[in-house]
Amino acid sequence: MNRKLMIVDDSNVVRRSIERAVNVENLDIVGVAGNGIKAIELFKETAPDLVTMDITMPEMDGVQCVEELIELNPDVHILVVSALADKATAIEALSKGAQGYLSKPFNPKELNEAFLELLEDD
Amino acid sequence: MTSLTLEQTEQHDLQAFIDGTAHYFDHITGQEAVVGAPYLRTTENPSLEYTGMIGVSGSRKGFVYFTSSREMLENILDAMGETDFCDENIADITGEIANTISGNVRRSYGKNFMISVPVVLAGGNHQVTFPGGNATYIIPVSWKQFEPRLMICLE
Repeated sequence: MNRKLMIVDDSNVVRRSIERAVNVENLDIVGVAGNGIKAIELFKETAPDLVTMDITMPEMDGVQCVEELIELNPDVHILVVSALADKATAIEALSKGAQGYLSKPFNPKELNEAFLELLEDD
Repeated sequence: MTSLTLEQTEQHDLQAFIDGTAHYFDHITGQEAVVGAPYLRTTENPSLEYTGMIGVSGSRKGFVYFTSSREMLENILDAMGETDFCDENIADITGEIANTISGNVRRSYGKNFMISVPVVLAGGNHQVTFPGGNATYIIPVSWKQFEPRLMICLE
């Protein structure tokens, strides 16, 4: 069965770079969102298994969005992909329910390795 | 106990930006950038065609700016595999570079170095406003044939 991926980042360039980089068997992109509020709407529509989540975004930041998505589906895998490289932010996101943290800038290999690591847990 | 002089403290603070800038270019493009020694701003308007501006609050207050020519930004997009060099993507990558370098600095400065979402100024004649009272350091970068700059104006 194919897995569904949703990409959340306020940068169109980053969203597109993640779309191009995804190279994991049976992983399909089902939606992209530019902020936390749109991400929640899209999450309800598409029920993804995996989400990449930026932190610094307008309207609703990524940490709050992680919390909301986990409330909707505690089994969703969330990979935070953020420029905020301090340990405290990573710990906060993980404490809200994210399962992985990848610092920007990232390269495709690092991104796909992070996806595989999260999906292995199933 | 070792105490640092003001100059040493400033050098230490700026080093995180120097390292972050080098890391960004190396990681995104696979081609190293040469990041030069910071110097104090002397010209009124050191901005190039596009400037990404990040507001800083919390433990430090002020702004971080990344300024570049459009051609360099097109080269960065190309290195990322992006083929659409429209105005929106050029502005987007300008903000993203400023955001990434500023966000990475939290590795040294910690969580209380709080950053805003980027604001992008564009156009050959755009004027960057620097808050009064604080020195602005310019960190010159050399990547390929391009010479973008990082500008740091913090309390």
